Amino acid sequence: MAAPSAQPAPARHGARHRVLRYAARRLAAAVPVVLGVAVVTFLLLRLIPGDPARAVLGIHASSQQVAQLRRQLGLDEPIYRQLWSFLAALAHGNTGTSIYYKVPVSSLIGPALPVTASLVGVSAVFCVLITVPLASLAAARQDRPADHAVRVFSLIGLGMPSFFFGIILIIVFAVNLHWFGVGGWGTTLPGHLRSLVLPGLTAAIAIAPVLIRSLRVGMLEVIESDFVATARAKGLRGPRVLLAHVARNALIPTLTLLGINIAYLIGSTVVIERVFDLNGLGNLMLNAIGVRDFPVVQGVTIVYAIAVVLINLLTDLVAAQLDPRVRLR
Amino acid sequence: MSGKAAAAAPLTDDDLVPISGRPSFGARAARTPAFVAGAALIGAVLLLALLAPVIGRYSPVQQNLLVTLQGPSAAHWLGTDEFGRDIWSRLLYGGRTDLQVGVLAVVFPFGFGSLLGTLCGYLGGWLDAVVMRVVDVVLAFPFYVLIIALVFFVGEGTHGIYIAFALTDWVVYTRSTRSAALVAISQDWVAAAEGGGLSRPRVLLRHLLPNTISQAIVYAMSDIVLVILAVVTLGYLGLGIQPPAPDWGAMISDGQAFITVHPWMSIIPGIAIIITGVGLSLLGDGLADLQRPR
Repeated sequence: MAAPSAQPAPARHGARHRVLRYAARRLAAAVPVVLGVAVVTFLLLRLIPGDPARAVLGIHASSQQVAQLRRQLGLDEPIYRQLWSFLAALAHGNTGTSIYYKVPVSSLIGPALPVTASLVGVSAVFCVLITVPLASLAAARQDRPADHAVRVFSLIGLGMPSFFFGIILIIVFAVNLHWFGVGGWGTTLPGHLRSLVLPGLTAAIAIAPVLIRSLRVGMLEVIESDFVATARAKGLRGPRVLLAHVARNALIPTLTLLGINIAYLIGSTVVIERVFDLNGLGNLMLNAIGVRDFPVVQGVTIVYAIAVVLINLLTDLVAAQLDPRVRLR
Repeated sequence: MSGKAAAAAPLTDDDLVPISGRPSFGARAARTPAFVAGAALIGAVLLLALLAPVIGRYSPVQQNLLVTLQGPSAAHWLGTDEFGRDIWSRLLYGGRTDLQVGVLAVVFPFGFGSLLGTLCGYLGGWLDAVVMRVVDVVLAFPFYVLIIALVFFVGEGTHGIYIAFALTDWVVYTRSTRSAALVAISQDWVAAAEGGGLSRPRVLLRHLLPNTISQAIVYAMSDIVLVILAVVTLGYLGLGIQPPAPDWGAMISDGQAFITVHPWMSIIPGIAIIITGVGLSLLGDGLADLQRPR
């Protein structure tokens, strides 16, 4: 854009400075959380009652094998040394070696990560597509049948385990209607997207009720505010006011709320991947649990947690971009 | 409970009415539709679960390979599963286990988390700073990832569930009671109690805690929904309540193998979970409505 800005340069510089300072502050706050996450993941293996090496190998292993695995896992060293080498390896992106597959854990996580990431992406889109229209409908028709219907929908969504909703979708859309496959990931990009529709919808339904409730309350507050009355007085029609003024102002808190709930959303994909047989991080974790592959479970857990920290950071920064008031806090 | 809760909130005209003039908790509860509906649903589920030995008709683990995978009949009201076990009996006993585990799993997080949160809000300082950093770390893990990992490392089954929730679930109570305590402290009555010469433990236990705990109770209702959903999810994944003990999640997982021919095997326990979840959510909404000063 070549047009000169009407704004004086120093003020714009100040605004950018403030954004950077806010970003730096949020980044600095995330560092101890990531460190804490690493320590918690390290401690997981120490929660095993008795000897972890014995638990991995089972009761039939010889004491020689157990001693060897203890050395391999570093369990024969003092705990502070173990923690230090765990953190040092982690800093180099090394999350250990799979006991079952005998390959680095990161080489198992690599191919699984895009599957889970696209599932989370698709379900976030579904979430917005479900939440915004239903919340607008409920807010516009407060205490009337449509509002009550949305409320009942939310209540049922809250009380339904997502794996069960996934199974229902499979029965209806895969087994009876043949619109989608029963599970799997497909081989082409359209195939991938198609195979993500039902799982994405399942994950979205798991957190949509919480978002609908909050967006509805947010919209009701905006509807009662003065600028909406002004917009109405100017002669703007109902739907236009609702979308252009009310929804836009209620969207920022909902985005923030989506960021907060993304941890829950990501967590529920673990189970959903199992239901739809998607080979993402969740299935990797559950399969590793099946063969008692402790380093893989540890590695996947830490990847999940770091992803959540990064997404939360990103949501905060986007919210700060959208709403200047956030930066001033 | 309700009178004290109202004292924590900003005063409204309603609060100026003498206490004796306020309708009783029961009378107000009866006029709160969400509370009545939730209590009715949960009451019915609890009654059925408690009466399981009386109305169950069969043992939930007794196999009968002559009558496997049958539809509903006079002998087996909801049919039988792949081992010929009576689905109606398994449903009732499964409810007993899941409700019991779900409620017990919340007890420690509720008590410990609420006490710690109130303490943090009241005392502040380094305790508050340290605890809040720990809360941030626990909340960074996706709920299901942490629960599944903990249950796996600690050991599968009910005791693994209890330990996993004890280690993770307290953070949400700590966070909500801490902010409730901060709100209470910003009002003058805490300073008044201290200025009147009451000791800090007494102010904490007799004055602050009753206020924060009523908020935690409302939260506990929606938390129990999450916990029961997590318990059946763990059962579905084979990490929760161990077979042959009946559990709704494991029933759904068992039925999934027969989903095309005998869908009711999964659908029936699923509906039971939804009814329980909706009932508890309504109860929570109702309690929240009751606490909100009008």
